[in-house]
Amino acid sequence: MSETLILSARWGKPGSAKLENYRADGGYQALDKALGMEPVAVVEEVKKSNLRGRGGAGFATGLKWTFLPKDIRPRYLTVNADESEPGTFKDRYIMEHDPHMLLEGIAITCLALDIHLAYIYIRGEFAKQARALEAAIAEARAAGIIGPRLLGKKDFALDVHVHRGAGAYICGEESALLESLEGKKGYPRLKPPFPAVVGLWGKPTIINNVETIANVPWIVQHGGEAFAALGVGKSGGTRLFGVSGHVNRPGVYEKPVAYNLKKLIMEDAGGVLGGRKLKAVIPGGSSAPVLAAHEIDISMEFDAVKAAGSMSGSGGVIVFDESACMVRALARLARFYAEESCGQCTPCREGTNWMEGMLHRIEAGHAGAADVARLEQVANSIAGNTICALGDAAAMPVQSFLKKFKPEFLAHCELRRCPCGDTAWGLTQEPRDAVAGPMRYAR
Amino acid sequence: MTNHAGGVEGLPREKVEQFDRELSRILDRYPPDRKASAMIPALRLGQTLFGYVSPAVQALAAERLGTSPARAEEVATFYVMLETHPFGKHLVEVCTSVSCSLSGGDRLWGYLQQKLALAGAGSTPDGRFTLREAECLGSCGTAPAMLVDEEMYEQLTPQKVDQILGGLK
Repeated sequence: MSETLILSARWGKPGSAKLENYRADGGYQALDKALGMEPVAVVEEVKKSNLRGRGGAGFATGLKWTFLPKDIRPRYLTVNADESEPGTFKDRYIMEHDPHMLLEGIAITCLALDIHLAYIYIRGEFAKQARALEAAIAEARAAGIIGPRLLGKKDFALDVHVHRGAGAYICGEESALLESLEGKKGYPRLKPPFPAVVGLWGKPTIINNVETIANVPWIVQHGGEAFAALGVGKSGGTRLFGVSGHVNRPGVYEKPVAYNLKKLIMEDAGGVLGGRKLKAVIPGGSSAPVLAAHEIDISMEFDAVKAAGSMSGSGGVIVFDESACMVRALARLARFYAEESCGQCTPCREGTNWMEGMLHRIEAGHAGAADVARLEQVANSIAGNTICALGDAAAMPVQSFLKKFKPEFLAHCELRRCPCGDTAWGLTQEPRDAVAGPMRYAR
Repeated sequence: MTNHAGGVEGLPREKVEQFDRELSRILDRYPPDRKASAMIPALRLGQTLFGYVSPAVQALAAERLGTSPARAEEVATFYVMLETHPFGKHLVEVCTSVSCSLSGGDRLWGYLQQKLALAGAGSTPDGRFTLREAECLGSCGTAPAMLVDEEMYEQLTPQKVDQILGGLK
């Protein structure tokens, strides 16, 4: 079976971000087709496609769309381009190399859901990607694709704007994103009500990840069933998997949703660095529970990874070879969550700092076995006790690292130092040749 | 319009006018009754024009957006890319998160401290550089990465870092 590439096919082609080239490659034909369809028929195709949210939660996109109350207007669309979960680096390539594909997905989604104003909330650190999106929006507006009439054919006004964040992981959480877009600090909201009912400025709002929306033109063009056929069960299509860490060829690989994780690492990403043995894999962004080397012969499909005790999440796969220190890695992850906790809920605000401090002491050899036990206790006290998922996201790595690699933690306590010392991040710490879809980045 | 107490009087008038001109273009993106949504872009604009987000800049943004200075301060102090204190001419932010460090990010952080003669995060005495660690920049495949004045540089080695910093004005 030849591989179907939905999202990455055009990356790296000269001028791939330009409107004329997008159109020459068949761009905006799906929007044209959607203009001839009933809005409910478009939603129906997306439901049939089994498209699930690519931001991390894997929620059924078509189902989410049906949560909009029937009779409340205006409604808004917000595209989540806040890609900030450690190990996740996929949406940036869509925005940089095929921004019109995203824009076409936005236009079709808005047409289907009777939405006339959409925002792309992009993390502040993505300057290049924000410029690419702004240029694409300006081109589409000048060409009459968006604006007062869609594709210059239908009286359907649509405005699309880029809203740049300013450095806060929490703003990738959808209700914090809305707060931020309203000009406030990113404090997550209590749910319910969910954003589809009470969202931006109190109005019904659909929030979808960049990759999710970028699939919509293909689904409309080729039909929901064709998309579903690329996957298995309740998951359709392809996904952008990002592989980073101790592999020979890190990068973004577009593969069917149910692709095998071991194959992705050992074949596509070129296997483990320096011919060393694999130690561990975080399969879906830093929040996903870690898998030991013997646990990775699994499908990356959302439910399959869940059955293996972890999460497919954002598709960000982080690989550790046998020379890496798992305590050092977890200490750094704990620092991330302590840094990024918004401070609203006490268990997360206090607990993430405690975990960071304890892990730092364990890594430095200044702790005992009782501290390792206490660390687990703190993680268990955060999980499930916070408004948003950041608390769980901070607890899950700690719980899973301790479950699978506890002897390493205890060895630090016994030796009174890190057994790996200067090579705690691995025996090879160099940039490597990288891949993003069809593109190659020589180091 | 009245200035908020302790507000915009201290800011150079020419730059305030420029702020107003550029802010009006930013405001085109939001419904007229939702101006406060422009707080992040307004403060970023203020940082670009006035150097950092001082209380006067916060007051200016709050007034122009029809909201309270407390709201501006809440935003200015929450987001890491908004600076509430003066910083170096060039801001260097090195990603030391997990994927970058598995490819040398932690060593690069050490190299930059050595190069700029700093022990940890901080500014050089001549005010030319401010150095700090960054959380994941989303460059995990092309690690290690850093931001210099908000532009991303990837697959870094000490040699590349020398070139990039050497090329700055």
